Amino acid sequence: MTSLRERPVVAAPPEPARDRRRPGSVAGVHLAMLAWAVVTTLPLIWAVISSFKTDDEILNEPWSLPASPRFSNWTRAWTEANIGRYFLNSVLVVGGALLLTMLLGSLVAYALARYSFRGNRLIYYTFVAAMFFPVFLALVPLFFVVRQLGLLGTYQGLILVYAAYAVPFTVFFLHAFFRSLPGEVAEAAFIDGCSHGAVFFRVMLPMARPGLVAVGIFNFLGLWNQYLLPLVLNPDPDRYVLAQGLAALSVSQGYRSDWSGLFAGLTIAMLPVLIAYVAFQRHIRGGMTAGAVK
Amino acid sequence: MRHGRWRFLAGALIPALALHVVLVLSPYAQAFYLSLTDWTGVAGEAHFVGAGNYARLGGDSLFLDAVRNNAVMLVVVPLVTIGIGLFLASMMHLGGRGGRRGIAGSGAYQIVYFFPQLLSLVVIAVLWGFVYNPNNGLLNGALRAAGLGGLARSWLASPSLALPAVMAVLIWSSVGFYVVLFSAAIDGIPRELFEAALIDGAGGWATFRKVTLPLVRQSVQVAFVYLGIAALDAFAVVQVMTVGPGGPDGATEVIGLSLYRNAFQYGKFGYASAMGVALFFATLTLAVLALRPGREERAVPA
Repeated sequence: MTSLRERPVVAAPPEPARDRRRPGSVAGVHLAMLAWAVVTTLPLIWAVISSFKTDDEILNEPWSLPASPRFSNWTRAWTEANIGRYFLNSVLVVGGALLLTMLLGSLVAYALARYSFRGNRLIYYTFVAAMFFPVFLALVPLFFVVRQLGLLGTYQGLILVYAAYAVPFTVFFLHAFFRSLPGEVAEAAFIDGCSHGAVFFRVMLPMARPGLVAVGIFNFLGLWNQYLLPLVLNPDPDRYVLAQGLAALSVSQGYRSDWSGLFAGLTIAMLPVLIAYVAFQRHIRGGMTAGAVK
Repeated sequence: MRHGRWRFLAGALIPALALHVVLVLSPYAQAFYLSLTDWTGVAGEAHFVGAGNYARLGGDSLFLDAVRNNAVMLVVVPLVTIGIGLFLASMMHLGGRGGRRGIAGSGAYQIVYFFPQLLSLVVIAVLWGFVYNPNNGLLNGALRAAGLGGLARSWLASPSLALPAVMAVLIWSSVGFYVVLFSAAIDGIPRELFEAALIDGAGGWATFRKVTLPLVRQSVQVAFVYLGIAALDAFAVVQVMTVGPGGPDGATEVIGLSLYRNAFQYGKFGYASAMGVALFFATLTLAVLALRPGREERAVPA
């Protein structure tokens, strides 16, 4: 790829033709790019600014900046509107589910990719087939299965269900990744007397790091943004996850009038994602597009 | 050694398989059976009704509204999103010096465009609920500020505008992802092809149609499947943002919302499962249709 890119440009003759096209079209291109950038960012910036305004300012001057930034909106959203609690619930559930998903997914992917045994393909397709079924189809029976297990409305129940639905894609993605890794290092480790488990955890898993990061980012965002599963399986308002809590606030009559509080809650919900994105944007975009294409 | 191998394999596979069978496979399998019963959630009280639920679906006008709305979204959302995505991605490349290295600042643009993709659909729905608010929302505010106050509408409350408003949100939230995806695909096209097109005197549009489009076809197909699946869902946005939800008067009803309401508000679990099965076959058909022609075509040049 790089060699192709750095090859000296052979096409010297068409240079004038290119330049003739340039000045007008470049401005047009910039205008189009800028237009979409405005469409993308304007609602977001508007929400953040509104989170610092008074209800009165929001209702009467939707365009103005706040006279003086009101941080009390944020504290009110965090405590009184329970956004803080929902936030911590999300951290707990998504953290647990992500750990479980990555552990189970990488173990299954590795076992299926590097060991041949009867039923290997069958197990692989059993996992991968689940990716093609809409979650809506499973929703009704899943509710009763989880209730029967006594896990309805519990953190553990939500963690197990989240993981169960994230493992198939993780297996699918990492299976290809483990296949592509060279076998010599693992063989050397076996000769040195490493057990199967030690080869996996100490040799193969570190080698698979780029794949783990990509699928980990993909899973984190998918799980953090889950709404349908908690809506059905997590009815206790004390254990609401962030998306669920925010949705409930936005439709509850009591908070309909608390515009500034809702804007603050919305901004709090966007903030961690924005910070993570600013810090890891290259990784995140790479991981997510790789996740879509593979 | 052999002993350790089997022990490792069992330890690696059995916990995940158990979780998979109990929480994923068995619910999917049960759904097909439940869809043939009149179950209302009471243990042991399910009667087999054959295709009765499916026959009722045909006479359920709200469900038919949902099917129609999902069908409209299935056409409009992928077409518009892919259209804008391809336009912006190819602009970034063709507008730059050297044919395809990219226009100045295209990296920064991609960073900005991509961000909505990271937000939860609930956050997006709450945000756009504010944007569409008739009195103090951003959209009407912008129209009034631009002297176009006559165009201000109560977007989500009018039956003819509610569905386009919902689709606009879905498009807004996904365009950036596809700009990045298509841009990566265009980066993968050998530079010589663009140079050859330039030498042949091809303009921007001709280069796009004859060089770019055929070579990013595979990415476009993947995009169709992903966007189609999102358009068949649309549950979170509709449930949080629209009046009713699903209103006004069924104008934004979607299959997932009908399913959720019938199951968890009316307790018609058998009937709701039939909707799930219908949705499953719609998804399956979409995936098969969108991916099939590409596979044949790819087999020829390779």
